[in-house]
Amino acid sequence: MNLVPRTPVGVLALQGDFAAHRCLIEQLGGEAREVRTPEDLVGIGALVLPGGESTTMTLGIEREGLAQPLREAAASGVPILATCAGLILLDREHLAVLDMRAERNAFGRQVRSFEADVTLDGFGEPLHAVFIRAPWVAELGAGLESIGEVEGHVIAVRSGPILAVAFHPELAGETRLHRWLIEQATAVAV
Amino acid sequence: MRDEATFRVKAGLAEMLKGGVIMDVVDAGQARVAEEAGACAVMALERVPADIRRDGGVARMSDPAMIRGIQQAVSIPVMAKARIGHFAEAQVLEALEVDYIDESEVLTPADESNHIDKWLFKVPFVCGATSLGEALRRIGEGAAMIRSKGEAGTGDIVEAVRHLRAIGGEIRRIATLEPGELAGAAKDLRAPLDLVRSVARDGRLPVVLFCAGGIATPADASLVMQLGAEGVFVGSGIFKSEDPAARARAIVEATTHFADPERVAAASEGLGAAMASLETRKLAEEQLLAPRGW
Repeated sequence: MNLVPRTPVGVLALQGDFAAHRCLIEQLGGEAREVRTPEDLVGIGALVLPGGESTTMTLGIEREGLAQPLREAAASGVPILATCAGLILLDREHLAVLDMRAERNAFGRQVRSFEADVTLDGFGEPLHAVFIRAPWVAELGAGLESIGEVEGHVIAVRSGPILAVAFHPELAGETRLHRWLIEQATAVAV
Repeated sequence: MRDEATFRVKAGLAEMLKGGVIMDVVDAGQARVAEEAGACAVMALERVPADIRRDGGVARMSDPAMIRGIQQAVSIPVMAKARIGHFAEAQVLEALEVDYIDESEVLTPADESNHIDKWLFKVPFVCGATSLGEALRRIGEGAAMIRSKGEAGTGDIVEAVRHLRAIGGEIRRIATLEPGELAGAAKDLRAPLDLVRSVARDGRLPVVLFCAGGIATPADASLVMQLGAEGVFVGSGIFKSEDPAARARAIVEATTHFADPERVAAASEGLGAAMASLETRKLAEEQLLAPRGW
């Protein structure tokens, strides 16, 4: 059964693998909208912050005046799925949506990129995860819940309707996190 | 269990570079300018293609000390070039842990018959192509990313357009064929049949396709993105222009907003002079870089 949210899922499309997220959302029966400017955020029911280069995306957010609108969207309860660079964007030193500090390229350069099965609390069977020059969460503030670890490092964090992971579900055909996002959006839109 | 250097991991980094601009840099200072302008990666090399053209002689892999300096200066991915077929240069670049190796026709080829066996490496490779067959031959050898070759160091976009249109047109044609016609198509393309089947099924290359060679303006970036490139390499176009930082920012902006002419127009304003350019049609045969490799 497809889940049909009443509002589009925004996908930040300044740079990175946003097209893969858009495809996944559409496969699951959702409507996706690429977000490049603050106007694109109006009326979205959920948001994906995709992988890419976090410095490039941060400069783009500055150039477009997107920082404040993104913070407001998060504060107003718009569900968010953030992957890899998206996780970095949410930390204290970037959009400061989540009280945590992400360590960039924490697993090392590209030769240390890897894939592995990871278990996330609340998502059942292990997910196949692809880690590309991935970050981990080095400091976790009060009220934030670590829901997954790899080699002792936090790689997934949940705070209400916000889910941030250090890996790429979209590169391994993993649909559970996007399904979760669309469910959250449906709940909000009611 | 943890698997490193799988093809998915190699091709995955290219997925993360999409919609971005990869800039040629020759030192740490330029690398910082590129990063601060929004480059999604830098290509470390000793001389940009325009200077290689001007100086002549054999163009080789860069000094490892220069590559290390750039790796220390920026946090974005660092790529570096090896000569076509020069697997020992590629081994050195892997030892330096560069994030991507460009087996590049911009450097003087080391082997006229064989490209590098890229399956042997943990570091992913990007390779140039002028046609679908060439792209699939490189992917068959292990390339995890393709860039259309264009004609590097000219500031002339015409070859990049020719190569992108050739690749895109051939993909569209393959996608119309019946399954029984694909082996014949693979023979004509001189490409592995399994990869031809993958193109026919998906209507696209099995890896990310960027454009390189001749991009000098924001409108050039918009043009090639509209022709199907998923991101751009800019070589001489930035640091051989009058105001590199402004031009770099403008090309990044135009790559994001490639489908919005008003944004491309705004990005194009007041950038000063573009690089000194060469018209490709007026170059002698032996000055062309794109025919290197097969």
